[in-house]
Amino acid sequence: MTNLVEISDLNFGYNDRLVLKGINLAVPKGSLVAIMGLSGCGKTTLLRLIGGQLRAREGSVKVAGYELNHIGQRDLYALRRRLGMLFQFGALFTDLSVYDNVAFQMREHTDLPESVIRDLTLMKLNAVGLRGVQSLMPSELSGGMARRVALARATALDPELILYDEPFAGLDPISLGVIGQLIRRLNDVLGATSVLVTHDVQESLKIVDYVYFVSEGVIVAQGTPDEIRASPLPFVHQFVWGEVDGPLPFHYPAQTIQNDLGLRGG
Amino acid sequence: MPLDATMRGIRLIGERTLRIVERVGATIAFLGLTLAQSATSFRRFGLVIREIFYAGVQSLIIILVSGLFVGMVLGLQGHETLQNYGSEQSVGVLVALSLVRELGPVVSALLFASRAGSAITAEIGLMKATEQLSAMEMMAVSPISRVVAPRFWGGVLSMPVLAMLFSAMGIIGGFLVSVVVIGVDDGAFWSQMQAAVDFRHDIVNGIIKSVVFGIAVSAIATFEGYEAPPTAEGVSGATTRTVVSSSLAILALDLVMTAFMLKGWN
Repeated sequence: MTNLVEISDLNFGYNDRLVLKGINLAVPKGSLVAIMGLSGCGKTTLLRLIGGQLRAREGSVKVAGYELNHIGQRDLYALRRRLGMLFQFGALFTDLSVYDNVAFQMREHTDLPESVIRDLTLMKLNAVGLRGVQSLMPSELSGGMARRVALARATALDPELILYDEPFAGLDPISLGVIGQLIRRLNDVLGATSVLVTHDVQESLKIVDYVYFVSEGVIVAQGTPDEIRASPLPFVHQFVWGEVDGPLPFHYPAQTIQNDLGLRGG
Repeated sequence: MPLDATMRGIRLIGERTLRIVERVGATIAFLGLTLAQSATSFRRFGLVIREIFYAGVQSLIIILVSGLFVGMVLGLQGHETLQNYGSEQSVGVLVALSLVRELGPVVSALLFASRAGSAITAEIGLMKATEQLSAMEMMAVSPISRVVAPRFWGGVLSMPVLAMLFSAMGIIGGFLVSVVVIGVDDGAFWSQMQAAVDFRHDIVNGIIKSVVFGIAVSAIATFEGYEAPPTAEGVSGATTRTVVSSSLAILALDLVMTAFMLKGWN
């Protein structure tokens, strides 16, 4: 199976702080791959590198045959027409209705007549179960509904690659299950490839094909959901089963508390 | 010690001056980028019409009411001063020239910066904070051409119309106070005004000023919004900067243009 996304020996940082170190990762065509890790471990940065929003310092990021480190604006936009992205809180355009949000890309990138755009938009909204809210504004939607509309918008042009940034964040259990199932179903129905960045372990393991675990900017584990559930690695075990005790540090690196408080012997 | 303090003071002034120059340079570069990506705005003029409605039409009330009051005050003050010289019949000339040459373009631009400029900055800044601009980028749609340029042109096209309406309302205000209330002869009021106001040197120069102010305010408002840090504090700071920078730019540009216009541009 060929890979749609290939990352090799990737290093990336903000200013002097290295966020990702020596990342090697592959996403085969048609698969749904999750990148998991604690908040601030670098997984959203990794997703932004795949989407071309950031450029790597060293190493290679290849998406659909394009080397993103050296890609020009024209090629980047050509590539992005083949991508869809679901942002953490949907990022719906607040000045446009639900219908216009979903139709946005069709109007921008195609010459389809409005009647065809209407049919396609209603089909996309129907696929996420929200044809009935087409005339509402984003501010009138619940968090779960906004995420589903954003999903319809992200898949409006049947993308080859769909990127999901924390799609489960802040959702109630029912919405969470709905979004999870939609992600899997849309990936399979559209024949797309998906990369999912999340720290929601249980929901993700139900739907993904493969998992990469990131900790402190390094991939520390990888495998199928069953392999991850059975992993003997202390970090993975603690993360998957939500244990309080484990190898993950509670404190962000700092000087001793005695020093900070100005106590003697610090 | 005093030398150290002096050096620190000089360094601080130097740093602040450099920062201001840098900011002005960045705004001009952003203006260039906006102009270069304005094709969409003219191809789909509906986007600009929408912004003319939000920036221009919705500023009408404040512009018309302010114009009326400014004209009334000019009528009162003008009559008070001119009657000392026995020239109270010339109050119409004073009101019209003050409004058409200076107060119309300047005050309407200041009001426009506070009402519409701040709204443009807040809207673009919030779109950035809620990842709407990133979402647009990921859909291969340039936020400069789709979001910034229509707002810029909406502001530029609205400004001269608002300035003319401000002056017209001001003249009506001056007429009401000096003719209707105080009793200046209405024939003298209008005829002296018609004789003294020159179309090329007064009205056209006023329009030129308002177009330049429209460009300055719209460029500053869109730039501040686009560059705003994506936080509540960042957007609020950007909004304040828009009003302050626009006001200073309007007054400085007015001084320069007035100097050139009085000398006849050569």
